[in-house]
Amino acid sequence: MTKTTLNVNQQRYELNLLPWVSLLDALREHLKLTGTKKGCDHGQCGACTIICDGKRILSCMTLAVMKNDSEITTIEGISDGESLHPIQQAFIDHDAFQCGYCTPGQICSAIGMLKEGHAHTREEVQELMSGNICRCGANVGIIDAIMQVKDGGTHE
Amino acid sequence: MEMDTNKTVGKPVSRLEGKLKVTGIAKYAAEYEVDNLLYGYVVNSMITKGKILSIDVSKAMALPGVIEVLTHENRTRLAWFDLQYTDMDAPPGTVFKPLYDENILYNGQPIALVVAESFEMARFAATQVIFKYKEEPFQTSLEHHLDQSRVAKKGFATALKPPPPPPTGDFEKAYQQAEVKVDATYTHGTEHHNPIELFATTTVYQGNGKLTIYDKTQGTINNQLYVANIFGLKYKNVRVLAPFVGGGFGSGLRPQYQLFLCVMAALHLKRNVRVVLDRKQMFSFTHRPPTVQNLRFATDTDGKLTAMNHSSKSETSSFEDYFEPIASWSHRLYPAPHTLFEQELVPLDVYTPMDMRAPGGSTALHAIECTMDELSYKLNIDPLELRLINYTEMDPSAGKPYTSKALKACYLEAADQFGWEKRTPKPRSMERGNKLIGYGMATGIWDAFQFPSRVEAMITADGKMILNNAVTDIGTGTFTVMTQIAADELGLPLEEVDFRYGDSKKPFSMFQGGSAMTSSTGVAIVIAAKELRKKLAKKAREMPHSPFKKVEDAELTFSNGNIILNNDPNISVSFKDIIAFNKGKVIKTTNMGKPHLLKLKKYSLATHSASFVEVEVDKDLGTVTVTRAVTAVAAGKIINPKTAKSQVYGSMVWGISKALHEETIMDENLGKYINANLGEYHLPVHADIRQLEVIFAEENDELINELGVKGVGEIGLVGMPAAISNAIYHATGKRINKLPIHFDELI
Repeated sequence: MTKTTLNVNQQRYELNLLPWVSLLDALREHLKLTGTKKGCDHGQCGACTIICDGKRILSCMTLAVMKNDSEITTIEGISDGESLHPIQQAFIDHDAFQCGYCTPGQICSAIGMLKEGHAHTREEVQELMSGNICRCGANVGIIDAIMQVKDGGTHE
Repeated sequence: MEMDTNKTVGKPVSRLEGKLKVTGIAKYAAEYEVDNLLYGYVVNSMITKGKILSIDVSKAMALPGVIEVLTHENRTRLAWFDLQYTDMDAPPGTVFKPLYDENILYNGQPIALVVAESFEMARFAATQVIFKYKEEPFQTSLEHHLDQSRVAKKGFATALKPPPPPPTGDFEKAYQQAEVKVDATYTHGTEHHNPIELFATTTVYQGNGKLTIYDKTQGTINNQLYVANIFGLKYKNVRVLAPFVGGGFGSGLRPQYQLFLCVMAALHLKRNVRVVLDRKQMFSFTHRPPTVQNLRFATDTDGKLTAMNHSSKSETSSFEDYFEPIASWSHRLYPAPHTLFEQELVPLDVYTPMDMRAPGGSTALHAIECTMDELSYKLNIDPLELRLINYTEMDPSAGKPYTSKALKACYLEAADQFGWEKRTPKPRSMERGNKLIGYGMATGIWDAFQFPSRVEAMITADGKMILNNAVTDIGTGTFTVMTQIAADELGLPLEEVDFRYGDSKKPFSMFQGGSAMTSSTGVAIVIAAKELRKKLAKKAREMPHSPFKKVEDAELTFSNGNIILNNDPNISVSFKDIIAFNKGKVIKTTNMGKPHLLKLKKYSLATHSASFVEVEVDKDLGTVTVTRAVTAVAAGKIINPKTAKSQVYGSMVWGISKALHEETIMDENLGKYINANLGEYHLPVHADIRQLEVIFAEENDELINELGVKGVGEIGLVGMPAAISNAIYHATGKRINKLPIHFDELI
């Protein structure tokens, strides 16, 4: 067991974890923050995307112990739950999800992607969001939602 | 009774559960917090066929935190009668029974469940269980065993999936004598549903034979019955919940093995247990079967079809006969005097295939509509024109009219929106820079099913409406759509309607499949609401000084939580006052919606679509991009254009995927899928999906059911693969009849 400190959504958690516990499983099974989703556990679907020290990362490809003391934001911390983040609202408005399972990952990825500042066109947004698979096929709505926030300049 | 004009049906209402989904609050099967939870991890067979000779669990059991390893040797006593394992969607045959005995029927078959105190330890211990096998020869290749095909056994499932109709005229003679004909073979590989949510079950052990089960399923009641029957539990003691389901696409129509193993472990250990399959294991159960189709179509010189032969052979397992209608579709679309339709199965050593979004239809229409395209070039007739030449309002295969068929409007509206007239007929005649441009089109047709469904509806003391039904919402928008229907029926705003679902304790719904939930539970809501209005009006009349004492139901309107007199809107009684008069007790009714079989016997039922696609093919690399696609759908009344559009968008993405991306590849030497992960099983990503447009052609269907609805979950997929294949032919002059189409075939 390894003592690990995780700062998640501005809350500090002290955990005793086996060193091979992924950050994804630490969030879901130990902290009961199940908003972050497991879709493949192999870095292939993007459902587990979270924001760590300001960057979008795949929590399934990260061991929890590697992120000792890091600042982690999961979907539960994207907004205060009352008012929504503009990306969350745009997802609802554009029907950018169906089953909702890939949605937390898409939202965290979109926020991280916009912050990276590399996407200028719709095509670039599509390319840089391509690590997040949506099996329901809500692709059009997802990109529309992101473009609206990007062009509206309302993202943080 | 008149209804309020402030309707929500027909309006693009945003998903009512949207906030729960974008904030991560929505809970899926593996996410329920349960005390003292144990984790199960499945061990799968490494061989394809044979027997387990011995199992050594000692290493696994010695690991810290490992509680039990369940195998066929130490499992609990189970039902032994086949029928007890069956489910509502079981094809004819002998249903697969996990951990039943030492026999291995397919590669990846679950053979043990390791239960431990942590997920990580269960997963590690699963690698430490040692199996010795005796391998036997196996057959997994459809292509190499086509000669072993036979007709499918008939059973319960045959009612919804009938075999092709008998021949008409004299096909062989007509085909031989025809002037214009096409003979082509079409194939596609295995496809796996791969919803992004992993298959998972959390079983809460409550003692006294009582279980609460959170399961990833498209059918709560189907799985409740399955569990109760196998484990000898009372139906009322087994509750299956699935309020949020992370996609299904057919994979959750039947109970999957994680449910069985999780329940078995919970009963055996008398503990709460969770079993989650990993992505690789999602390839170890059901799938769309690979299929080989041969089509021979002939026309006269004007393009009228004279003869059609569609012959299909697809894979099934060695133990069940999975049959999806394929060969019967062309005659539901096109008339021809001479027809011959044949469909057979090849049993192989794989798991039983199953319905996967637009089963049969998407397979068949790929072949039919590519054949039509090829005919159009032979005839030198525009592909759209050829469809119109062969257009009929009837269902030629049944000799009956459709309850409604706005396919012609689909063709014309989609062609117009797409700009079909800009197409130059010759292949390789359109270019954009280094890209060849192709335009292709195809028709779609799909069933319009309705299943029986029971809805409990009530008005509560606060004047609100609660509805109960066991149906799931797998992302289809069911929750929102049902709330809209109910709100309009009682004249309530959406906020005052509480549709409760995804729970086997609630009144009956079939599993969520066949694009049939809006027609099934939606119609049940209409019927229950009608009864509820009657009961409310009756109770209102019993109230002292009731203004409605001598008023007929027809003179009343339900609006905003009140019953109002049509002639004088100032006279009204509120639902709240009615319930208060009823001593605070709810007024409720439970009613069944079901198809009007007798009336509908005279008709055929179907949804239709037309897809138009533009592709770009790189001249040097052969890479294909679907740059634009327009699909027009005729599916009766559209309750919610926003969620319905998303269903069609999603289906179009599936069409792109089927045509260009997804395929599970079998190593025939091992009998094993070799790309069982989302890196190598290609799904379309955002960069693959460009401009998609959806049109709903107006279709007023007063015959089909009380709501005039069909379904929109699958129809948008049906025409897309052929439209893409045809566009690729138009772009390149190459006719590739094997899906998915890869760039190397186009260089």
